[in-house]
This record gives sequence, C-alpha cells and structure tokens, in this order.
Amino acid sequence: MEFQDGEAEVIRAEVDGVLQRHGLERENLIPILQDIQSRLGYLPKEAMQQISEALKIPEVDVYSVGTFYNQFRLNPPGKHQIKVCMGTACHMMGGHIILESFERRLEIKEGETTSDREFSLERVACVGCCALAPVVVVDEKVEAKVSPIRVDGILLAFEIESKKSEEIEKPVEEEGRTQ
Amino acid sequence: MSATGTIIQAYESLKKAAVIKVEALKQKPLVLVGTATCGRAAGALNVLQTFRDEISCRNLDVEVKEVGCIGHCYAEPVVIIAKPGFPALCYGSVDEGMAGRLVTDFLINDDPCYEFAMAALEPNDQFPTFADFPRGVYEKKIILADCGLIDPEDIDHYIAHDGYAALAKALSMGPAEVLEEIKNSKLRGRGGAGFPTGLKWEACRNASGDQKYVICNADEGDPGAFMDRAILESNPHQVLEGLIIAAYTVGAEQGYIYVRAEYPLAVTRIRTALEQARERHLLGESILGSNFNFDIKIFQGSGAFVCGEETALIASIEGFAGVPNHRPPYPAHAGLHSKPTVINNVKTLSYVPHIIRNGSDWFKSIGTPDSPGTAVFALAGKVVSTGLAEVLMGTTLRTLVYDVGNGIKEDKPFKAVQIGGPSGGCLPESALDLPIDFDSLQQAGAMMGSGGLVVLDEDDCMVEIARFFLDFTQKESCGKCTFCRLGTKQMLDILTEITEGRGKPEDIDLLWELAEDIKAGSLCGLGKTAPNPVLTTIRYFRHEYEAHIQEGRCPALMCKELISYAIIPEKCSKLCNVCIGSCPVEAIYTRDDMLKAIYLDKCVKCNSCMVACPPQYKAVVKVSPPIVERGGSQDEQLSNHNN
Repeated sequence: MEFQDGEAEVIRAEVDGVLQRHGLERENLIPILQDIQSRLGYLPKEAMQQISEALKIPEVDVYSVGTFYNQFRLNPPGKHQIKVCMGTACHMMGGHIILESFERRLEIKEGETTSDREFSLERVACVGCCALAPVVVVDEKVEAKVSPIRVDGILLAFEIESKKSEEIEKPVEEEGRTQ
Repeated sequence: MSATGTIIQAYESLKKAAVIKVEALKQKPLVLVGTATCGRAAGALNVLQTFRDEISCRNLDVEVKEVGCIGHCYAEPVVIIAKPGFPALCYGSVDEGMAGRLVTDFLINDDPCYEFAMAALEPNDQFPTFADFPRGVYEKKIILADCGLIDPEDIDHYIAHDGYAALAKALSMGPAEVLEEIKNSKLRGRGGAGFPTGLKWEACRNASGDQKYVICNADEGDPGAFMDRAILESNPHQVLEGLIIAAYTVGAEQGYIYVRAEYPLAVTRIRTALEQARERHLLGESILGSNFNFDIKIFQGSGAFVCGEETALIASIEGFAGVPNHRPPYPAHAGLHSKPTVINNVKTLSYVPHIIRNGSDWFKSIGTPDSPGTAVFALAGKVVSTGLAEVLMGTTLRTLVYDVGNGIKEDKPFKAVQIGGPSGGCLPESALDLPIDFDSLQQAGAMMGSGGLVVLDEDDCMVEIARFFLDFTQKESCGKCTFCRLGTKQMLDILTEITEGRGKPEDIDLLWELAEDIKAGSLCGLGKTAPNPVLTTIRYFRHEYEAHIQEGRCPALMCKELISYAIIPEKCSKLCNVCIGSCPVEAIYTRDDMLKAIYLDKCVKCNSCMVACPPQYKAVVKVSPPIVERGGSQDEQLSNHNN
C-alpha cells in the first residue's frame, strides 16, 4: 500500500504515543493493537513492525495476534462502517437478506470497502440485541428491525447528508470566484 | 472480633449515606429510561433527550436517570415513572411523542396515562403489576431483580438495595466459611457446562502459590445470548461484588474482567463501577478496613468466540492468540501466568452475593435438587415477547415459550427451539415438556450453553440452521485440532451442498460419522460441541434433510436455491402496485391484464414483495422445488412448471 504524504509519520507518532501509554510487556500486546486500531482505523504493517521492535518480540507474533482476532483490520476502513449482525436470531429473522441488500446496493462483498472509501461492509457475530433482530450497526449506531427497504433508507440518509455538506461548501467556492 | 466490627461499621456508614441519597430521590418524581444497548437500538436515547428537554423547558422538579434493561426487550424503549402519590409505572414502546405526552399529562397534570402503561412495579389498587401477567408468575428474578430499576452508574443505588452487604458479611465470616457456604449451595457454573463453582474455588484455594488470580468471563460470544451484556450494563456492581468475594475466598489479589469488545457500553459502565468501588474502599487496599487487598482490571476481548474457553481466554490475556491448551492442568492449579486461577461466568458471580446474603439453604430451596437456583434465558426468534427471562431451574420449555414468551408470532405452529447456541441443539415439539436443567438438556442432545433460546416456527429450515451454526464454528475454530479445523469445514461443505439442492443420499450418514469424529478428536469445548446442532437436527428432523436431498425441496421455504417467488394471479389485484415499488431490482412487472408477475431471472429473492403485499391479497408466494429457471417471466414458467 502506498502512503500519502505524511501518513507514515502520523502512524509512527501515533504508535509511539500508544506504546508510551501502555507498558512494554507482552501482556499489553492486545490492548496496544486495540488502541492503535481505534486511532488509525486499522493496523498498518509499519505499526506492527514498530510494536515488535518495542516489545522485543518477533514480527510474526504481532502478525499472528493481529490476524487471529476478528476485531483487527489490516486495511483502512471506509468513512462509514456498516456491520451486519449475523447472530442466530438475526440470521433467522433475515440478516442474510440484509447483508445481500447492502452488497447489492454498495456493489461490494462483505469485508470490502467501496472504491470511493465511503462505506465498508462487515459481518459481526452478534451485537447482543437479539430481541430486535435483524440488527445493523452503522457507525456505532444500532439500527433495529432492519428491512431491505430500510437499507435503502440508511444509505439515502448518507447521500443526503453528503449532498448537504457539498452545498454548504459550494457557495464559499463561488464567493471566492467572484472576488 | 474488633476487625469484624470495623468491617460491619464501615459498611453500615456506606449504606446509611446511600439510603439517605436514594430516599431523597423518592421525594420528587423520578423518570427512569432504559438505555442498555437494546434500548438504544430501539431509540431510547431520543426518548431520554425528549424527557430532558421537556422537563427543563417547563422548569419541572423531576429527576431523569438512565438505567439498564428490565428484560422486556420486545417493548423497548422502556420508561419507568415514579411519582409520589402514584404507583411506579412502567411504559413500553415509548417514542418521542409519547414521552412529551407523559410529561404534560402525568408529570404536570396527574393523569398517569394508564392506556400506555405496561404494568406497575409494586402491588397497588390502581393498576396490575408484572406479577399479574403469566410472565411475571413464572419468572423468579434473583440476578436480574435490580436490572433496569437501579442506576448502573451510581454505586449508592446498588448499596441502598443491600449491595455489598454480602461482601461485608463474607469478610467477617472468613474465607473457609465462605467456601463452605458456596459449596453447600451447589451453585453450578452458568457458562454452559455446569461445573460446581464451590469445587473450582476449593481447588484454587488449596493450590500452592503466592500469587492467585480470579477472572470474570464476560466474553459472551454465543450468537443469540445477551444476558451477560444486559447484567453488566444494568447492574455491574453485582458482578464486581461476586468477583471480590471469589478473590477473598481463594486468596487472590488481582482480578480481571474479560469483556467482549463488541460491548462498548458494558465496558464503560464497568469502568465507572470500578472507580466508584475504589472510592468507597470496596476495591483496592484494605477493603472495608480489613486486611484484604484486591483490585480488578478490564481486559477487552477482540472478537474470538473460542476465547470463551478458559485456557484460550488466559492465552488471550497473556497477549497471545486465543488458542486453547490441554487440560489438566486445570486453571485452578495453573492458569494465568501459570498461577492458580478461578474463571467464572458473569451470571455465576452474580449469584454469589445473593447466596452469601441469604444463605446456601435458601438457594438450594429454589430450582431442582441437582441444579439449584434460576436459569436466565435470552428469548429471541419467532416468539412474541422477546427479551430476558429468569425462571426456576426445572421450568419446562412450554412454559418458557408460551407463558413467559407469550407464544409464537402470528400464532404459527411451533417447530423447534434452538437452545445453547453453537454448542447446543434444536429440540422439537416433543421436548416442550422437558424440565430444563443442566442434565436434562444434555440428555436431549443439547446443552444449557449460555442460555440463548431461539424459537423457530414452520418458516425456519432446520438444515439451514445447522448450516448456519457450522458456518459459525468453522469460522471460529482456532485451527489447533485437525478434526475441528478440517472436519467442521467438511461438514459445512456438505450442508451447503444440501441446502443448495446438490445433496447426495449418503450425505446424512457421512455427516453423522464426521460429527462423532470431531467430538472425539477435539481438545476444547468448541470442537467437542460443534457438531451438536447437526446431530440434533438429524435426530429430530431427518425428514427435512431427506426432502432437500431426494426431492430438491425445502419444506420451510427458506433455502434460497430451492425456492422461487411467484404471484398468484387469482389473488393479485389490478389496483395495487405495492410490490413493484418494493422490489429493489425491478423484477416485478405489470402484465397485459394489469396483474403483476415476476421475472424469475431478475429476482434476487429478497422477500420484499412478500412483506409489501397487503394482507387482504397475500398474492406473493414461495414455491419449492423452484420453478425451473430459464429466464423469462413467471407466467411462462408457471405454465411450464405445471405441464
């Protein structure tokens, strides 16, 4: 993966900060990885190398933990993260239909990110809201009893929002031009 | 003796302050909004905001508090209003509009809006209580009793409800006596296997070693179970108190709560609870003035189901991939950092304060002789009143589904319950009168697991649900044991072939053989129980497997490859276009006679049209085996099919 200007430095600085907050014992490996992912959105290769140096453990050990747990992501996520619950209750109430609806609308498969980096789609095992199945978690907000039509609604809301923010930006540009 | 005196004294002064604080709350109207994750999913935060806005803009002297979950998830968001002079009332399915009305009508004008109320909390002569409904009759709440009624972010609410009294009592009893009490109570681990908690503690207490650990297992990975989350979000101190007593009994100074990363709200609320407990000397150095030191760290799991297994959980805390290890040595002898370690489930620990407070004989008088106490179930699926239910051990499934859960949605016939998640199994109608406890479920081929109970009706395909669980266990297998790693994959492949109509007659026997081998060849509970969903569905629903394999037909009309959608012209109306609008892929068209029909080659079988078709027509149907797909419209296909 190619970094943009300054991205590698940001990663290095963030990882330094995280390493300082936690101790350098092996026991802290998972909390360190979690902290880095919550800051950067994923675990860049460079970050894992830096951790292995700091904790004095082989790179492969960091990689093995990073790939074993479902929570960790090795690629940058989309701006909006959509997690479709695939627990038992959600599955029986049509969770797979919801996942397919998202796949169809976004034209990506689960685990992928749209080419404009707007949305990434994931499945999660269970978010613990089984009584309100099927459930989708959109950017930390839990949506209950989702139907294929609600899928359209969720995406439409984002579309409207991004249009609005474009409109807010536009007049500023025009003003700039007239001046 | 003087040491005991100081402990009791320290606790009494804490309690006195807490009671004064909580009593002061009762002097003015109090609004409790259930904002556990399930409530939030249903919009509880908007309701909370409405209450706060309305109350502040009208300058009312009303306290609004966030509480956890009272277990009636079907009625979320749930709000409780306690106004002096009225019984405390519980309202269900509250939205912003209703919240506004409750403020104007009830809080300002003394009309309690009985038409919206679900039940009163305490007996009164105006409105029925929960105990007056079947669910309330059969429920016996011990560990869920305070959930949804006390503020989980305020320790004083817990203390005022006798919280931490058991800790004070335990500290004055001495560890040996506490252990006797727990052993005598016959408390069995609620994580699934039902191992006696007292024996576990005794083994750890007797193990030699200067350093010992206690761990609360809150890695509730079982899809379909959410009671651990609800307890941690609604009453975290109850779990902390149990864990502190466990540490005192076995002689540990460091404890961990291993909680799933998928439960961010639970993590926040535990963190707050830990801070408050430390402030009041219920955690940390010399607890309640005794010479007992103990503290708790939170460890967030990272989404691996296998980490619910205790040796894998330990590996995870140590910073390794969560791969189970051979037992023995059991963690009670050599666990975290090879030191003696007790690992207990959230629910198990939640019972501990109650047992210490009320005595082991009280606990043994509840439930069945071999499985005393209550069982907590997460009712989900096709049942009317979903949510958390705490019933006596030995309650039958029929009571649970029909009385507590209020029966099946739309009055459809009952088909099965899936109990215990990926380790459990599907039990048919004949098992409805089975009294549920650890042993009876195991005999029926299922297991208690963590208590997830998904009700299935005639629209649920048993082969598909077996495939779903194998898909789950196959993905979650850590890969250490060959049989679990490869065997579950093979089983999944066979089940996928069957659900897609390519099953072979010998597949059922092959599945059975594989299942036996995986059970025998796996180290940990994940592999040993992974075949249970397949074994129970073959045992009780063999005919469904046969229908898939021999006739290419899915009796429940669920397996996508084996069904197609059609619109019955006789039922369709010329005046209605709803299905056309509902279809996300434009697969529905209007025929020359204005009735609707489906392009089968375009249809993605998303079920939208079936949901959209108005109930007076019900013209959309599913057909299995599928209408042969060669493209073109449904008319041609239907006529080809009939020929």
